[in-house]
Amino acid sequence: MSVRETYTSLGLSDLEYGRILELLGRAPNFLELSLFSVMWSEHCGYKNSRPLLSRFPNEGPRVLQGPGENAGVVEVGDGWALAFKVESHNHPSAVEPYEGAATGVGGIIRDILAVGARPVALLDSLRFGPLEEERNRYLFREVVRGIGGYGNAVGVPTVGGEVEFAPAYSGNPLVNAMCVGLVRAEKLVRSRASGEGNLVVLLGSRTGRDGIHGATFASDELGEGSGERRSNVQVGDPFAEKMLIECCLALLEEDLLVALQDLGAAGITSSASEMAAKGGVGIEIETDRVPLREEGMEPWEVMISESQERMLAVVEPGRLERVAGLARRYGVGAAVIGRVAGHGELRVVHEGEVVGSVPARHLADAPVYEREVVRPAYLDGARALDLASVPPPGDYGAALLGLLSHPNLRSRRSVYEQYDHEVGTCTVLRPGADAAVMRIRGTRRGYALTTDGRGRHCYLDPRGGGAATVAEAYRNLSCVGAEPVALTNCLNFGNPEKAEGYYQLAECIEGMAGACEALGTPVVSGNVSLYNETERGAVHPTPVVGMVGLLEDVRRHATPEIKREGDALVLVGRFRPSLAGSAYLEAAHGLVRGAPPSPDLPSEKAAADAVRAAVAAGLVDTAHDLSDGGLAVALAEMAVGGGIGAEARLLPGARQDVALFGECGGCILVAVPEERLEELEGALAGVPRARIGRTGGDRISVLGLVDVGLSELAEAYFMDLFEEAGG
Amino acid sequence: MGGRGVRVGVVVFPGSNCDRDALHAVERAGAEPVELWHADADLKGSDAVILPGGFSYGDYLRPGAIARFARVMGPLEAFAREGGPVLGVCNGFQVLCEAHLLPGALLQNRGLRFVCRRVRVRVERADTPWTAACAPGEELTLPVAHNEGNYFADPATLARLEEEGRVVLRYLENPNGSANDIAGVCSEGRNVVGLMPHPERASDPLLGSEEGLGILRSVLAGAKV
Repeated sequence: MSVRETYTSLGLSDLEYGRILELLGRAPNFLELSLFSVMWSEHCGYKNSRPLLSRFPNEGPRVLQGPGENAGVVEVGDGWALAFKVESHNHPSAVEPYEGAATGVGGIIRDILAVGARPVALLDSLRFGPLEEERNRYLFREVVRGIGGYGNAVGVPTVGGEVEFAPAYSGNPLVNAMCVGLVRAEKLVRSRASGEGNLVVLLGSRTGRDGIHGATFASDELGEGSGERRSNVQVGDPFAEKMLIECCLALLEEDLLVALQDLGAAGITSSASEMAAKGGVGIEIETDRVPLREEGMEPWEVMISESQERMLAVVEPGRLERVAGLARRYGVGAAVIGRVAGHGELRVVHEGEVVGSVPARHLADAPVYEREVVRPAYLDGARALDLASVPPPGDYGAALLGLLSHPNLRSRRSVYEQYDHEVGTCTVLRPGADAAVMRIRGTRRGYALTTDGRGRHCYLDPRGGGAATVAEAYRNLSCVGAEPVALTNCLNFGNPEKAEGYYQLAECIEGMAGACEALGTPVVSGNVSLYNETERGAVHPTPVVGMVGLLEDVRRHATPEIKREGDALVLVGRFRPSLAGSAYLEAAHGLVRGAPPSPDLPSEKAAADAVRAAVAAGLVDTAHDLSDGGLAVALAEMAVGGGIGAEARLLPGARQDVALFGECGGCILVAVPEERLEELEGALAGVPRARIGRTGGDRISVLGLVDVGLSELAEAYFMDLFEEAGG
Repeated sequence: MGGRGVRVGVVVFPGSNCDRDALHAVERAGAEPVELWHADADLKGSDAVILPGGFSYGDYLRPGAIARFARVMGPLEAFAREGGPVLGVCNGFQVLCEAHLLPGALLQNRGLRFVCRRVRVRVERADTPWTAACAPGEELTLPVAHNEGNYFADPATLARLEEEGRVVLRYLENPNGSANDIAGVCSEGRNVVGLMPHPERASDPLLGSEEGLGILRSVLAGAKV
């Protein structure tokens, strides 16, 4: 194989190879080339996204740690901090869904563990092609099984997430996992290596050939041969992870570690070079001291293996014995595989000989590509929507039932019942509400979590959709009564080397960044997954936002379900519904078209903040935001959840189907007892609001248009997604 | 009660994940929680012992199959044979079956899916140390979360369990296909109880239910201190 063939097969371009020659001042050997290949992949090096990502605001009064560390961290109060991050495992899940999803969960848990936090909650944001296709049904079923199989066993509750189906995700599912950890602020751990002569200790499982070049695989389009890349997918062992978690937390409890880092994409290479680069030191790894799972592994294989359930720690020599003792107690492997050195290189030693040596900072400094942002041609056609060509439904009740039973709007109960969402006994609000609510034991405080993505909107308007994604997360947290404080994101996009993909990425980021500024929610961590394309095309641009909010008094929270007969229904926020890009237009008419209204961020914030304040004051216990399916679906969900009906009138000014099923963001439906109405009016001063009906009875009726019994609605809403999937 | 509170031990196997929840719930119930480590053959003077839920040893081979050989199981089995109150919850129930301290086995759920939900159950018997504070016939809503909760025993054993009044808890809505809707059984001596539902998850009104607390409190009344 020629040199060019070699580096090309490793995913490096001519330009990048030239840069390596320049940096080293010599030709790299195969091992060194492999190190660059994995570290300069998009997955590890962010070479297409880094300049764009700098748009995100990262600072805020509660931010203790922003991007660049293993996870973002925000201060909660009473000395507590929350660490969180979301990450994709899209490509592995496309070829081996069970293990791909399972190791996605395992990987994000270790990111949280690496900052010293106990992982306490998981969320999963999933997207698949339509269930009509056998392959999509298989991927959906196995991904959900994989998440449950890993998360349930490792003992971290899966408390929320989302699932969506659309043709754009056929063959390229999106599997994003978010983990949240709880840590005493003063016990935060950094990943910066220091102290020449300190030992580098590999904790956890043995190293095998699984996941070789996984990071490179994740940075390429999926094609015909992708199925053969199953060996790029790692295999998870949640039991090993559980023991690794308990072991690391015990080591940190006794302050035995100088630094800690998880092993994820690009394995030892990535962890060791990042720890060295951050500390401005070198690290020497002796590959023959790495405990192996199989014989005959080459040093380069050991260096880039993505075997799961491993962590890298820096330990002072005098503390090694105690570290080894605790590791034994938990049945966790602990091997000294190298040491911190003063030379600044990631040096690989095998049987006493140096087999490769590269400055760590060069590995951590992937080249950056900035491209021209060109508006793609598809937008003009896709954004045009002639409402006159969309006939109103003949039977509005049937239309509502059709929407409620649509796989995108139906209850997610058949999914989340496969996840243990209560282990840890801190889950105050279980899945099904607008956001999960968790308590912090020993305090009155709580926190709320949500993940949100709006692929359809981002496809039709990347900038507006990006902003709407952040706004939706903000609204969801506000609905349960939590103050949104910060977010993590996973940017799922197509190939950035294509004009369309780059435009979508750049514009979505612009929109998200603007919303983050307007709403005061900085980005503290994130992950980028590009090249989500198959021969059928790119996925919808789908930035997924994982947002965290805080509750001073966790007992004061709201849920969507109607709790009493006779409550007044009040619609809060600026109601300007549109069918453009709506779930209704796609579900009922098969159209992904139109120019959805861009979020009106100041009014969005005012409405959400007012509702949150009313919940936190104990005034409101029933709130639900208007999202996919509009007012009609929001009302139906509230009624079905509570087992109490409602009657509502429509607000004037829009076509009836637009008013019922249209979407706009920024609106929240609350239900309050009549006697609190006046107080609520005061709390909502300055925010648009309208009384639209009252709760009661066992039907949903909307003046002359809809009149459907709750049992019929519930039957549609709670249909099992997998029974459909079973065919 | 004497000079000290009732000590309730909670065994931590590698892979247990409801151990801390059980310790907290025991404390809420008014007892003194004691952590018992799987590798130590020592019950630390516990008056009662709980085997918690989770995935001991990863549930590899079969749920509970490896845990039954843990060192702590020696003194635990002796304690159980002497009439000491032992409660196995979820994975703990599976361990007790594997250890033959309880009859039967827990197979994969009939729906072939992990199931995490709240289910209604009926307390069939209050004459065990773990249900003494409940009323016979009392209906509770308790969380389940398991993949292997489908109780199975041969027809003769099932008939005997029913005849001897050893079905302690019965599902009113069977989530897993269990024979005779069995959610929990007890040993011949009635002191060893296995439950698939998690009482420790229903022991705090903030989390939506306190209906499991009765089970944890039962042992306080009956324990020999």
